[in-house]
Amino acid sequence: MAVQREARSALLDEALGPGGPIVVFDKVSLAFDEKTILNEISFTLKTGHTKIFLGASGAGKSTILRLILGLLKPDAGMIFVNGDRIDDMTEDQMMHVRGDLGMVFQEGALFDSLTVRENVGYKLFEESKVPFADANHRVEEVLGFVGLAEFIDRQPSELSGGQRRRVAIARAMAAKPRILLYDEPTTGLDPITAITIDEEIMKLRDLEGVSSIVVTHQLRDAFYVAEHSAVQDGDRIRFDRATPDKADEAEFIMLRDGRIAFEGNATELREVAARDRYIDAFLS
Amino acid sequence: MTLLVEWIKAALLEVQEYFIMVGKTARAAVTRPFYVRDIVEQFEIIGIGSLTVVLLTGMFTGMVLALQSGFTLDQFGARSMVGRLVSASMVKELGPVLTALMVAGRVGSGIAAELGSMMVTDQIAALRALGTDPIRKLVLPRILAGLVMVPLLTCVSVAVGLVGGWITTETQLKVASGVYWNSVVMGLYMQDVWMGLIKPFFLGFAIVSIGCHVGLRTSGGTQGVGRATTNAVVASSVAVLVVNFLVTKLLIVLMY
Repeated sequence: MAVQREARSALLDEALGPGGPIVVFDKVSLAFDEKTILNEISFTLKTGHTKIFLGASGAGKSTILRLILGLLKPDAGMIFVNGDRIDDMTEDQMMHVRGDLGMVFQEGALFDSLTVRENVGYKLFEESKVPFADANHRVEEVLGFVGLAEFIDRQPSELSGGQRRRVAIARAMAAKPRILLYDEPTTGLDPITAITIDEEIMKLRDLEGVSSIVVTHQLRDAFYVAEHSAVQDGDRIRFDRATPDKADEAEFIMLRDGRIAFEGNATELREVAARDRYIDAFLS
Repeated sequence: MTLLVEWIKAALLEVQEYFIMVGKTARAAVTRPFYVRDIVEQFEIIGIGSLTVVLLTGMFTGMVLALQSGFTLDQFGARSMVGRLVSASMVKELGPVLTALMVAGRVGSGIAAELGSMMVTDQIAALRALGTDPIRKLVLPRILAGLVMVPLLTCVSVAVGLVGGWITTETQLKVASGVYWNSVVMGLYMQDVWMGLIKPFFLGFAIVSIGCHVGLRTSGGTQGVGRATTNAVVASSVAVLVVNFLVTKLLIVLMY
């Protein structure tokens, strides 16, 4: 029952290695009552790559993340995560899949009654057999990674909005998942704080090899994450403009009326915007 | 007509969801993992935390019961029998029901508000995403605490009520202590004691499980949390009275 990142077989490891299909949606549909949220959505997230979902409020962006986590079940279609078909899994079976997933919820969703240390180390302390000292060390490490080491014993209520999101990122990455899901990670934050969150996303993607799905309607952040990359430079980390190959690893998907209205990289999105009034209106 | 059908469908859905939650909790009670720290914490919050209100309720109920029944018994020259009335009423009905109603107000609302807030701020979803079953982590510890602590609180409430009755009888009705306590013992049969001990298990379960169910079904932001809190108190208070009647009827059939 407890969440643990399971070792994959050598064959699966090779198949899901760099460029392999780590998350696959195949004609996934979902409706709430009479309202269609997703209508035969198909896409593939490759290992180490980033998918950025854009779309109006209620377009089904966050729903996709909840489907990947198994918090919702689709009405039709297949979903594969890490080589496992998850759309027909029970809650108990999903616990194993979730061992390799991290989710940064909108507003952070930190546990109010726990300290930052307990929040970040929750999965390690409560749901794994990692010795306490090792878990604690990992918590300090990830909090250092997001630049909040000195806040370790604070309560979430003592943190600013941006700090809460960074703690949420630290919590999501603490158990070293291969896939990270971000639900509106920068919404409601000032531009400077939003950039620090974007840089955390890039650091995890480019330095830790984490595959990411980012749901947002903050275009500036979306393009920043897609067109830049984190580079380790000695003890420092630089954020440079991505090479064309690297930029191709970040793909945009725009949802409209439950369907995919656009799928492609940042350059293609700008080109399409010149022809498509809806996408142009969305981008401008 | 359509509205009525919709209302019935919604009510049936709630009942179905409630029993699904109870079923999952029963399964969680006999399979690993157990969150022992949360269980201990809930025992303290529900048990120790409710002690003051239960002590006060029990004490003043016993006192007013002695006072009222003393004056009524006076009309028949039977003031010395006041202990019988106090003990029979406190042990069989007032102790369990008033304790349960107090716990429903304090604990039922607290659980619904806490779980409701966790629902609307995605903390429950975050728990699941982190690999924790909210039923095991949040619901089971609370239900276990309700099952164990409500009967204990009832015992405390009854004991304090009898003491309250004694104080009133001694000071206001001028009945000797020995007469009062002898009357208390004479007024009780073992069936009454069993009834007073068995009923709180059902009442405790009803209060906490309804609080958890309402909390986990919360939606609609902070307004929804407020609604959930009110619904939990109303539903669990009514449930206390209904379950009390049903269990009393059942126990009378089985024991008397």
